[in-house]
Amino acid sequence: MASSLLWATRAASFLRISVPYRGFATVCKDLKYADSHEWVKVEGNSATIGITDHAQDHLGDVVYVELPEEGAEVTQGAGFGAVESVKATSDINSPVSGKVVEVNRELNDSPGLVNGSPYENGWIIKVEMKNVDELNCLMDPDQYSKFCEEEDAKH
Amino acid sequence: MAVSQTRSMGLPLINLLRLRGVPILQQLHLEERLLRTSYDNWCIINDGTTKPTIVMGVSGKAEELLEIESVIRDEIPVIRRFTGGGTVIVDQGTIFVTFICNKDAFPDLQSYPQPIMSWSSLIYKKVFQGIGDFSLRENDYVLGNHKFGGNAQSITKNRWVHHTSFLWDYQTSNMGYLKLPKRAPEYRQARGHLDFICRMKDHIPRSNFIDRTIDAVGSHFVLTSADLEASQSPLSLNFEPSSRLLKREELEEAIFKSRARRACAASAPQAS
Repeated sequence: MASSLLWATRAASFLRISVPYRGFATVCKDLKYADSHEWVKVEGNSATIGITDHAQDHLGDVVYVELPEEGAEVTQGAGFGAVESVKATSDINSPVSGKVVEVNRELNDSPGLVNGSPYENGWIIKVEMKNVDELNCLMDPDQYSKFCEEEDAKH
Repeated sequence: MAVSQTRSMGLPLINLLRLRGVPILQQLHLEERLLRTSYDNWCIINDGTTKPTIVMGVSGKAEELLEIESVIRDEIPVIRRFTGGGTVIVDQGTIFVTFICNKDAFPDLQSYPQPIMSWSSLIYKKVFQGIGDFSLRENDYVLGNHKFGGNAQSITKNRWVHHTSFLWDYQTSNMGYLKLPKRAPEYRQARGHLDFICRMKDHIPRSNFIDRTIDAVGSHFVLTSADLEASQSPLSLNFEPSSRLLKREELEEAIFKSRARRACAASAPQAS
């Protein structure tokens, strides 16, 4: 048991993933987070966006992802698409404003990537950001972990 | 400017809109408009719709879900709605009950599909108390192990809608337009439509169900009667709903896809 925990800790460290105390959803250290449970990875002016492990865990098996058109404008806090799970469509909201430059077409045939790899292969859109200052409104990984714990504790 | 009252006696306020025989597409447009442009909570009860109509979920594929040739031959309208979930065929024997709520109407309720579904089952548990063996089973409302209502939801940043089409009665022949779905709950156990569903009329009179539902809603909300005019607002004037009627060309294309699938399946090499 102890050796497998150590392996898990080393693997988590290598993958730059921190696991909150109660072992709930994973949170990645290099990302920023919205309170509607989307993540954004920033590289220069480019933002890659998806939904968090917390979100996919609570939504259940994703069977369909409604993607925006490339070239569409997105606004911070506003919906740009949706996921379908357990008879529900749930809006996906953009953490930043800008123009959609790429959508993850793999999700058309494999929507389950959102569940199995929410921070990697399950990315949803890439955006050319309009205003990098908007990132200041988002949470860092520790803030987001705490946010999730508080949200789950309330219910 | 007065702040709208959202709670009374500790319970959230809800506008109760009672309709009768409203076409299902009109109902869906109303629901989506209220979800996206209203700030109030709403309970809509539509007592029956007009002609038999097939309603698929947002990702429904006609070629997988419908006996399309029969649907086209008999000119059955097919709608793709804005919420998730499966396919139903609705008519005058269907009773629709919809909740459209703010997330903060119930601060302890997480706005994800499962918690909302569980919350809704509390209402119907009260409706069927002493009447039938009601339960929520793998996201279906059942009496015993027979489904009597189809549920679906749409969840936005600050609001959600949970709507149900209740099979108070149905035409047996209409179920022939629906194929067995690929995704089905375990408890269905591959039963055909007629062995899987049941008629509510065998358990409860129609008006009794509606009255008991309104009473049950009243134990979670403070009810205010509303009319269609009250559902209009300046914000809603430019709103374009996404639920729509499929065109005949789309259904014909689905026939083509269905035949192509069958041809591929027939020509696939058999395992030795």
